[in-house]
Amino acid sequence: MAEQPAIEPMHQFLIHKIWDGPVFQLGGLTVDMSITNSVASMIAGAVILVLFFAMTAKGQIVPNRAQALAEGLYNIVDRVLVTPIIGPAGKPYIPYLFTLFMVILVLNLMGVVLAIGNLGGLSLTFTVTSQLAVTATLAVLTFFSVFFLGFIKHGPKFLGLFAPGGMPLPLLIFMVPIEMISYFVRPVTLAMRLFGNMLGGHVVISLFGSFVVALGLVALSGGLASLAIVPSVLSFGMIVGLTGLELVVAILQAFVFTALATVYLNEVVNFGHGH
Amino acid sequence: MEAEAAKLIGAGLATSGMIGAGIGLGSLFGNYLQAAIRNPSAAASQQTMLFLGMALTETMGLFSFVVSLIILFG
Repeated sequence: MAEQPAIEPMHQFLIHKIWDGPVFQLGGLTVDMSITNSVASMIAGAVILVLFFAMTAKGQIVPNRAQALAEGLYNIVDRVLVTPIIGPAGKPYIPYLFTLFMVILVLNLMGVVLAIGNLGGLSLTFTVTSQLAVTATLAVLTFFSVFFLGFIKHGPKFLGLFAPGGMPLPLLIFMVPIEMISYFVRPVTLAMRLFGNMLGGHVVISLFGSFVVALGLVALSGGLASLAIVPSVLSFGMIVGLTGLELVVAILQAFVFTALATVYLNEVVNFGHGH
Repeated sequence: MEAEAAKLIGAGLATSGMIGAGIGLGSLFGNYLQAAIRNPSAAASQQTMLFLGMALTETMGLFSFVVSLIILFG
């Protein structure tokens, strides 16, 4: 019987160094400037974003293809999210939300579209958003900018967010801690959602990829075992279907992250109205 | 029972939290579809809320996924 390749669905998420950079001490912290596969993917994503910006920077009245795409993406953030949820007061925050949307979208899509190179265990590409460190950075950045914006705009009155109006005092003793917990768990859920979605989908695709190889090798041994080619081909069909599903998930998660950031921002911008 | 075996069983059991997320997502999309068929003209305007609800429901399932990952690899 042929040697079975090891089934390692988590292997694609390992970070390894591509280029050894200088390592130095900075204020008691060890800083490693090496280029890992994660950093390389982030640089590739940044290059794509800058190229996209350069292509669409010169606005024309009759848009070309790149500009039409950019305007469509901008409309998702502006007309689908910010204007209906926040209203006209949300206009100043569109640049941040649009940047968030584009960064997550590009990094997610790079992970899905180029992930086909990972099926053979080559580990050519890397889904940056499947690292909790990256999604937590985005989530914490978003959450605390919104939180401090609330204090800058409304001062100490903003703490009234944790005490819903018209509540009797005995209930308030229980409500305030519950409200605070549900408020401060937000960055955790934001980070977990993106991380879990990207990780889970890629693990499943990778598992079916290893089924194709393992069952195909069983089928090669001949005789009755060659029937194993049927589940092998079916698994390959599953990879195709799941990759399509992952494309939807990649776009949807970028949308959902931005939508939740918009909802959190709405509480700050429209604080005191409509509560 | 060996600790390693208990770890694997525990990780498997932890994923049963996804049952709730599955029921939640089913009821969410089912109700949305029901409402959308009754009043198709209002369906498009509620799509953003649908995806928001989906994201919040899905988080509960993802928590159980992450817990099982922590049990497996933590």
